[in-house]
Amino acid sequence: MEHIRLPKVEGVRLLDRVSPRRSRVGTLYLTATHSIFVENEAGVRSETWVLHSLVSSVERQAATSSGCALLIHCKNFQVLQFILPRERECHDVHLSLQRLSQPESYAELYCFSYKPNVDEEERRQEWDFLELKDDYSRMGLPNALWKLSPANKHYKVSDTYPTDLYVPESATPPVIVGSAKFRSRGRFPTLSYYSKENYAAICRSSQPLSGFSARCLEDEQMLEAILKSNPRSDFMYVVDTRPKLNAIANRAAGKGYENEDNYSNIKFQFIGIENIHVMRNSQQKMLEVCELRSPSMSDFLEGLESSGWLKHIKAVLDAGIFIAKAVAEEGVSVLVHCSDGWDRTAQVCSVASVLLDPYYRTLRGLMVLIERDWISFGHKFSHRCYHLVGDPKEVSPVIDQFLECVWQLMEQFPCAFEFNERFLITIHSHIYSCQYGNFIGNNQRERQELGFSRFLKDVDNILALCYL
Amino acid sequence: MEFAELIKTPRVDGVVLHRPFMPTVEGTLCLTGHHLILSSRQDNTEELWLLHSNIDSIEKRFVGSLGSIIVKCKDLRVIQLDIPGMEECLNIASSIEALSTLDSVSLMYPFFYRPMFEVIEDGWNSFLPEDAFKDLESMTDEWRLSEVNKDFSVCPSYPALVAVPKDVNDDTLRKVATFRHSGRFPILSYYHKKNGMVMMRAGQPLTGTNGRRCKEDEKLINATLRPGKRGYIIDTRTINVAQQAKARGGGFESEANYPQWRRIHKAIERANILQESLIKLVEACNDQSHSMDRWLSKLEASNWQTHVKEILTTACLAAQCIDREGASVLVHGTDGTDSTLQVTSLAQIILDPACRTIRGFQSLVEREWLQAGHPFQQRCAQSAYSNSKPRQEAPVFLLFLDCVWQILRQFPCSFEFSESLLVLLFEHAYASQFGTFLGNSAAERTKLSLPEKTVSLWSWVNRPQELERLTNPLYEANSLVIWPSVAPQSLLLWEGVFLRWNRSSKCLDEAYEEMVHIIEYNKELQNKVNSLRRQLAQLETEDPLLKTS
Repeated sequence: MEHIRLPKVEGVRLLDRVSPRRSRVGTLYLTATHSIFVENEAGVRSETWVLHSLVSSVERQAATSSGCALLIHCKNFQVLQFILPRERECHDVHLSLQRLSQPESYAELYCFSYKPNVDEEERRQEWDFLELKDDYSRMGLPNALWKLSPANKHYKVSDTYPTDLYVPESATPPVIVGSAKFRSRGRFPTLSYYSKENYAAICRSSQPLSGFSARCLEDEQMLEAILKSNPRSDFMYVVDTRPKLNAIANRAAGKGYENEDNYSNIKFQFIGIENIHVMRNSQQKMLEVCELRSPSMSDFLEGLESSGWLKHIKAVLDAGIFIAKAVAEEGVSVLVHCSDGWDRTAQVCSVASVLLDPYYRTLRGLMVLIERDWISFGHKFSHRCYHLVGDPKEVSPVIDQFLECVWQLMEQFPCAFEFNERFLITIHSHIYSCQYGNFIGNNQRERQELGFSRFLKDVDNILALCYL
Repeated sequence: MEFAELIKTPRVDGVVLHRPFMPTVEGTLCLTGHHLILSSRQDNTEELWLLHSNIDSIEKRFVGSLGSIIVKCKDLRVIQLDIPGMEECLNIASSIEALSTLDSVSLMYPFFYRPMFEVIEDGWNSFLPEDAFKDLESMTDEWRLSEVNKDFSVCPSYPALVAVPKDVNDDTLRKVATFRHSGRFPILSYYHKKNGMVMMRAGQPLTGTNGRRCKEDEKLINATLRPGKRGYIIDTRTINVAQQAKARGGGFESEANYPQWRRIHKAIERANILQESLIKLVEACNDQSHSMDRWLSKLEASNWQTHVKEILTTACLAAQCIDREGASVLVHGTDGTDSTLQVTSLAQIILDPACRTIRGFQSLVEREWLQAGHPFQQRCAQSAYSNSKPRQEAPVFLLFLDCVWQILRQFPCSFEFSESLLVLLFEHAYASQFGTFLGNSAAERTKLSLPEKTVSLWSWVNRPQELERLTNPLYEANSLVIWPSVAPQSLLLWEGVFLRWNRSSKCLDEAYEEMVHIIEYNKELQNKVNSLRRQLAQLETEDPLLKTS
């Protein structure tokens, strides 16, 4: 509350984005969690609530005769323009909002103050809801070929991986540990999705620390083990989701990609998806195009093309399709990685899962998928979504792109999904708003340290919002 | 029959047919005077029944002794016929080329077509100007139906009967006709019941470089103004293009001579540019490189959606003048047969809910396109796959249908018809067994005796079986004026036409069927609820003790 310099301003105008000459007059309130604009015209009270945690930027614009303008951009792409009558007030609100929307510690986040009317027992039940073990047993695991490994029980092998990891039956602890030492951040090849019909698996990892010529027997054995756990195929794919140039450049830093000569029976494939910085800029450009006042058709299409956004979406989808085809049509296992194995790898593995398995196209299934390939496998939500003040270069719309890929699929296959677009938008909004604790932190270990022993999810609320 | 001379080889066995989304079929190919027919060897069903007039161009390909003919149709479908034997292949190809490029209208299929259905309502009589005028008369007495053009001598491209202001006599009209392009003097296009304002259309005024004026023309359009009120003239050409028209004897209405009218210029492209645009768009859609950048830049370079935006914007402008400003509007371009009609017909879709009903839309097409003298024969002679140099061809009507689709998509509950009607009209405008779209004007249609010698498309469409398929299950009749968004983000590519043969619509069709079922089921349940309520009410009156509070 101490960050609120000015809790209330009267005579504020909210400009209509579509018709800028139209505006509504009301009072602006600042609370600990929201900005609330209340208008009282002709006895009808209407409120506009904006979560601080959803605000991505607040700009003060030049003062005019009508007042001082404040332009608020939100992480869910909402844009609001307020005109405050006095410059002093505008200054105070600006600073307050800036501070309120940029929390410096996790304790300030909304999820700690948000209290839905859910009792303790229900909360505990919702903890169990997203038990990933159920998803794996749905896949038939563990089985004769794949087992649950305790190697990372205390995050000793990789502190960004979850504790529960599935590995081939023939992968012994030395192989796991050795392979992890040869992978960036210890993120060794492990199971993401298993297709029990044809024994093919989608595995994920980070890049090998191969440099120009380094080898690691255990890492090669690890891939051998993955290959062996698919009795129907005599080779497997290794998919590097980076553009070839970037992967090569990584070699100079002692990392890189798998050499087909060293790993027996692998077919190596680059699928060039750009990095987080390119994606951040791409989304920014696209939002700028969408905010153009009265663009011509050419302005719009040219802007869309030069942002490259749709090209990137297509690249992620193409990669997902390649992997899904390998599993479903060829019955071949795939190992996917990028650099760290928590951005492009997550996108591509989860898109492939959606293509392959109708379960992930249900309401519960999508939540389980995000829980698995994103939350548990250490996608850096807090960094990518700027939950706390941090390095702006870490911010990138990686999960946004995945959700958009799902949306693209829904447009093409309207009958194949249990949920509708509102579900995706709701999830998107909650990822950024920190209203729930699921997406806080950057990996499972961090969440545990923050005191999230399990995950709170007000399932009923979210589900109710999304039924057609 | 002359046709027999053009058919070198009437029949070939063992031909393989490749069509989009369907398995290949082997069978016997037959060439008749009007059709390409392939009957499947397996069960003797007809797999292909293609009108020669639907063929834009063909390509021949040879691999060894197997020849293939790639048939590119005006409805954008591309099919392939593998023909065994080089000679047969060449014969078939040249026969098709000859049969699909016949010049004489009276050789076209509608003159030979015998309907397989009973004609209950003759479409040739469904939308007569006299009947449309009766509706107008019931709303206002300020207009009269003039027979000045009875023999099409005053204006060859107008219908025989036109609605003009009551106090303007036929002599005046004759004089005005000499002042307007192709004799197209201003006539009534639409009367807005809500406020009595009107929309008229015409050809450009022939002011020339001398600034010629015609007092009768001024009197005619001023007659539609309320005392003290101004009107709007919407010239679909930019001011530059309109200026240049003067050098060729045309021009625009000057402020000096038309002081009560405010002139607004828009920038709707001329017909020849549109054909080029369509060709580029179709090429973009067929691009197999699967590159997003190429797709977007080719789409942009085609400019198709720019045209859609400009036309919709102009129609909205006309509608705004009439509905919001409460002013009368005169629309013209150069001839008054292309962009003018796009604007006036779209403005009516926006303003008049009746035009959004199935019959109302047919009536609109009849009035504002067919009877208004849009040169269909010329414009739809070739489509996107034409090999020959375009002369008069232009997808003006297709653009109009695209614009209607945009509005339909933005207001899915306001149209009684669905997208299928629009696609159907696109197909039949380019090639049809019906005579509706033959000819370039009412005069030509009369001269060719089309109503006597051919069947009208409307006769077929208005049968219950067809109507069912064309009806929009989401329709909820309303009396609103609907304002579409013309922001680029709101205008989409019309996949139903342009991607129809590139991408299977199976999943979308399934979703549509599902929606239809949900709506039907909902109606059933609603009926059941109503029936139960009635029963309950009945029981309550019979036995008051049953009354539930």
